Amino acid sequence: MQKITRDALIEKAAALLENGTVSAVLGWKRGEFDYDVTPAVFNSIDEMKEGFVWNDFCGANFSKYLVSKTKKAEGKILVFLKPCDTYSFNQLLTEHRFDREKVYAVGIPCEGMADIDKIREIAGDGISKIECGEKITVTTLYADEPVVIECEKVLEGRCESCKSKAHVAYDELMGDEGEVLDSNRFDEVARLEAMSAEERFAFWQNELSKCIRCNACRDICPACTCEKCVFGNPNSGVENKAISDSFEEKMFHIIRAFHVAGRCTDCGECSRVCPQNIPLHLLNRKFIKDINSFYGEYQAGAEVGSRAPLVNYTTEDLEPGEVFAKGE
Amino acid sequence: MQVNERKPLIVAFCCNWCSYAGADLAGNNRLNYPADVKIIRVPCSCRVNPMFVLRAFQRGADGVIICGCHPGDCHYTSGNYYTRRRMALLFSMLDFLGIEKERTRVEWVSAAEGAKFAATMNDFVEKVTALGENKRLEDLRCKR
Repeated sequence: MQKITRDALIEKAAALLENGTVSAVLGWKRGEFDYDVTPAVFNSIDEMKEGFVWNDFCGANFSKYLVSKTKKAEGKILVFLKPCDTYSFNQLLTEHRFDREKVYAVGIPCEGMADIDKIREIAGDGISKIECGEKITVTTLYADEPVVIECEKVLEGRCESCKSKAHVAYDELMGDEGEVLDSNRFDEVARLEAMSAEERFAFWQNELSKCIRCNACRDICPACTCEKCVFGNPNSGVENKAISDSFEEKMFHIIRAFHVAGRCTDCGECSRVCPQNIPLHLLNRKFIKDINSFYGEYQAGAEVGSRAPLVNYTTEDLEPGEVFAKGE
Repeated sequence: MQVNERKPLIVAFCCNWCSYAGADLAGNNRLNYPADVKIIRVPCSCRVNPMFVLRAFQRGADGVIICGCHPGDCHYTSGNYYTRRRMALLFSMLDFLGIEKERTRVEWVSAAEGAKFAATMNDFVEKVTALGENKRLEDLRCKR
């Protein structure tokens, strides 16, 4: 469950809208169902009271939305940032993707978000209503009694290995400041690295052949903000889905991860939005892990203006041939 | 002698200032290296986008080698330092995906090292030939 309430957020937004600090609010609203909460822009307090949502499904990272929203907006936009969102926020500022002056960032604490697939596993299909409180109450079409689930049991994968509860950027903070956590986020990468090449190939062949090339991972990624994308080129011959055992999906995912290598803040949005549940964050984490071990610890977005590892070098860097020797 | 022996296709990205001149020197010195190596001249090894490497594989290359000036000797001061970081990460990722690591390589060859160029290519072609056809990285739609 979330420590801060919906009412507290609305109150904060109302105060800022009223005194003219901000002209719009970037928040969450209910989608088709209770659990597909989507980002939305609210222009008035009434709109917020009607549609604003804050619960265990507000996983969306707002940082990327600021790129397009601040271009059009007159006056400031109020944005609610969870700790992991603030890293992306800083990273986009580092890359000059939006105007800091046009944003009023409110840091809010996050206790981890719920994964609807895990809830489905427990409660079954046909979910008609979900209430988030102390515990998550799930009503389904087929069960007579609502199922009550503890939030900790259905945390999203990325929240189980949360890297930080501390905000790195905000104008105002609500609630208490957390701490940078000692997460175990590289465990899964290490497990794969320990496998043989054949096993790894089989693992990724299995995972990536599920890809339907919907490009959701690209579109949601706060580090992927190019206006023209290499995968939007119809002449490349690889902009669509191919037969499942071709290399095309792998190339897409290698390049997708490579283009954000050194800039990826490990927010985990790519895996969250994947309709096929491919563990895409593992590719990004592999790059982060490599960068940490080859070129020293680096957390993208921890501070504004830091130089990313791939646009930097030292004369003593290791040779590309040595990376293999390292892994053995 | 086998007549129908399969010849590998090797793509070599050579930097204009060092390795391409090194290849030229190898030719001038009448040093032998296999004709399977197809050289693509690039202004700097840093010009090689990871996408180039993957696209070469996708279109049926069996091995890709990137040659540049020795670190510190780059015509553009620092290009090959970036190549070094980039390719280290790319190769590590390819290895992570379970792709044969012998298919990719980075070598530093200066304009005076014609002999090293020929030796490197001989060695690389031998290793790639031993691996056989590139199945894991090809894309039939793109193959020429």
